[in-house]
Amino acid sequence: MDRGWGVGGSGQYQLSQLQNIEAQSIHIIREVAAEFERPVLLFSGGKDSVVMLRLAQKAFWPGKIPFPVMHIDTGHNFPEVLEFRDRCVGALGATLLVASVQLSIDSGRVAEEAGPNPSRNRLQTRTLLDAISEFRFDAVFGGARRDEEKARAKERVFSFRDEFGQWDPKNQRPELWSLYNGRHRSGEHIRVFPLSDWTELDIWQYVADEQIDLPSIYYSHRREVFRRDGMLLSVGPHVAPGEGEEVFEATVRYRTVGDMTCTGAVESAAASPEDIVIEVAASRVTERGATRADDRVSEAAMEDRKREGYF
Amino acid sequence: MELLRLATAGSVDDGKSTLIGRLLFDSKAIFEDQLESVERVSRQRGDEYTDLALLTDGLRAEREQGITIDVAYRYFATPARKFIIADTPGHIQYTRNMVTGNSTADLTIVLVDARKGIVEQTRRHAFLASLLRVPHLLLCVNKMDLVGYDRDVFESIREEFAAFASRLEVADLSFIPISALQGDNVVQRSANMPWYEGASLLHHLEQIYISSDRNLIDPRLPVQWVVRPQAASQPDYRGYGGRVAGGVFRPGDEVMVLPSGLTTTVAAIDTFAGPIAEAYPPMSVTVRLADDVDVSRGNLLCRPLNQPTVGQDLDAMVAWMAERPMVPGDFLALKHTTRWVRAVVRDIHYRLDVNTLHRDETSNSLGLNDVGRVSLRVTQPLFYDSYRRNRQTGSFILAAEDTNVTVGAGMLLGPD
Repeated sequence: MDRGWGVGGSGQYQLSQLQNIEAQSIHIIREVAAEFERPVLLFSGGKDSVVMLRLAQKAFWPGKIPFPVMHIDTGHNFPEVLEFRDRCVGALGATLLVASVQLSIDSGRVAEEAGPNPSRNRLQTRTLLDAISEFRFDAVFGGARRDEEKARAKERVFSFRDEFGQWDPKNQRPELWSLYNGRHRSGEHIRVFPLSDWTELDIWQYVADEQIDLPSIYYSHRREVFRRDGMLLSVGPHVAPGEGEEVFEATVRYRTVGDMTCTGAVESAAASPEDIVIEVAASRVTERGATRADDRVSEAAMEDRKREGYF
Repeated sequence: MELLRLATAGSVDDGKSTLIGRLLFDSKAIFEDQLESVERVSRQRGDEYTDLALLTDGLRAEREQGITIDVAYRYFATPARKFIIADTPGHIQYTRNMVTGNSTADLTIVLVDARKGIVEQTRRHAFLASLLRVPHLLLCVNKMDLVGYDRDVFESIREEFAAFASRLEVADLSFIPISALQGDNVVQRSANMPWYEGASLLHHLEQIYISSDRNLIDPRLPVQWVVRPQAASQPDYRGYGGRVAGGVFRPGDEVMVLPSGLTTTVAAIDTFAGPIAEAYPPMSVTVRLADDVDVSRGNLLCRPLNQPTVGQDLDAMVAWMAERPMVPGDFLALKHTTRWVRAVVRDIHYRLDVNTLHRDETSNSLGLNDVGRVSLRVTQPLFYDSYRRNRQTGSFILAAEDTNVTVGAGMLLGPD
């Protein structure tokens, strides 16, 4: 498979598929900057948000990104990812806002889940919606892709959210050509997904081609892990093995970067973006299926969370 | 690797989901966990076979009701091309969904059940693909296994459809006899139909020539964003960011700015990776101009000797997508390229029956899922081409001024 970059295909004046979706993403990001008063880009330090940040950088080059970057910090993040976040956003000279789930818990907005290893995945939604309301953001860029999950396959590029931040999947605005409708009333907002047409493989090919820096945990490393529900979880301050869960050292990497409590590693020796392109192309399991406990709650786990205002 | 965007349309039970499932499965775009999940749900529902439609029906309501509600986007790739499928339901909200799916498609697949032949929905789907100017239309005659792979069945459907399509404006029309269930002519040529000498469906999708489908003749750059770094290192930088909607721009080209009509030359075309020698659709670029002329969002760069139509009175085919009908006198918000303007509906000339192509000139309104020819007047002049000539500068959307919901899609009619 050619890497999708450079002059592509059969004719002159034909973009490769990666150039094509890159141009589309830049178009989307510029439309938002031009039509909204207070956009914000959600940044987790994960590969999709890093690629989205690079596309925003390209959209306004040689100018700076004209909106802030926001991280919803669950307090359960991988330390490598937080270190990367600060370095990456700092290098761009962009403004970084951090909205803390811990603060939402301390102030009584949400309650920590019960149990030995509580997940803060669902709590993030409250923190996110509070931050949107506090800063009066009217457009919120997210790095979600349609190939990730079946509810997301129905998502618009410009996705309307009502005053409660809710998504109504049965009542979405039709979206035609490249004519995006971001009209909304005060208190409502639009979630914008510039990576809608990107696949996991596209992201990795782009990371390889563009030599984009990512958190180290995406690449193969040795780590103390234990097995739970078929996933390899990392031993850390927020996750402890239960009875009968044996800890062992393995050569692993992460396919997605979420909370330490719900994100599993995969055994892999892939040490570079090029290695990962090969691994992903041969993979027979989706990244969320392999590594995310948060999607395993039910068939509609993602749809239900999205309706509430999740990413 | 190139990108091909395709839309699929079919009637209920003509095997569209099976076909998509097979394309995804055979190109390894379906993963084991997705298949397991579908198999589990199929078993729970007591289905006798694994319902591949569950792969595309992502919403709870869709799975519960066993219907597809909305356009779903699916992705697969072969070594030759990446494909994006806009999978559109054929029954509910068909105009709205099909117009949406077809608006960005390079190719539309219309499925026909070999036992039933051309039905009303086949004609409707083909008409909507031609209305949206999808450059390539592919009629797949499915379930050939159920008619004994009979050549006469295929030929008779082909003749009937070709006669109908001659009344449409279809640039490229192809026919393939398939069995999505058995896999005949989907990925591999079928041994069951030696009389068919064409390519398999996947081979057709990989090989069809799409480079000439874009407009490379009329240079058009709608300005999206003015790039002004306002940094000490680049105090005077001023660039115009936008996506090329037509033609080719090169440094040194004389260009005209609309609406001012001022002319200047292209000084440079910048991208993050460095300056480039040519910009063409659908590239996103930043253009610098030689002279300090006033340019802002909503302006358009073109060539002095190749200008679009400039006008406030628009004549368009409109697909209406709202419960509340469109009637003369309505005020609507209209987005064309990078501008929002106000529009008033002047006249509705006729409503088109999308099944028979009959023009109903007695109707003075458009209802949900209607298509008709409409006159609009807008508050400021638009710079546009006919949709036939350019899908970017010839299209617009309409939104309700009170609810902000998108209620219509328009294709401009022009001098050619």
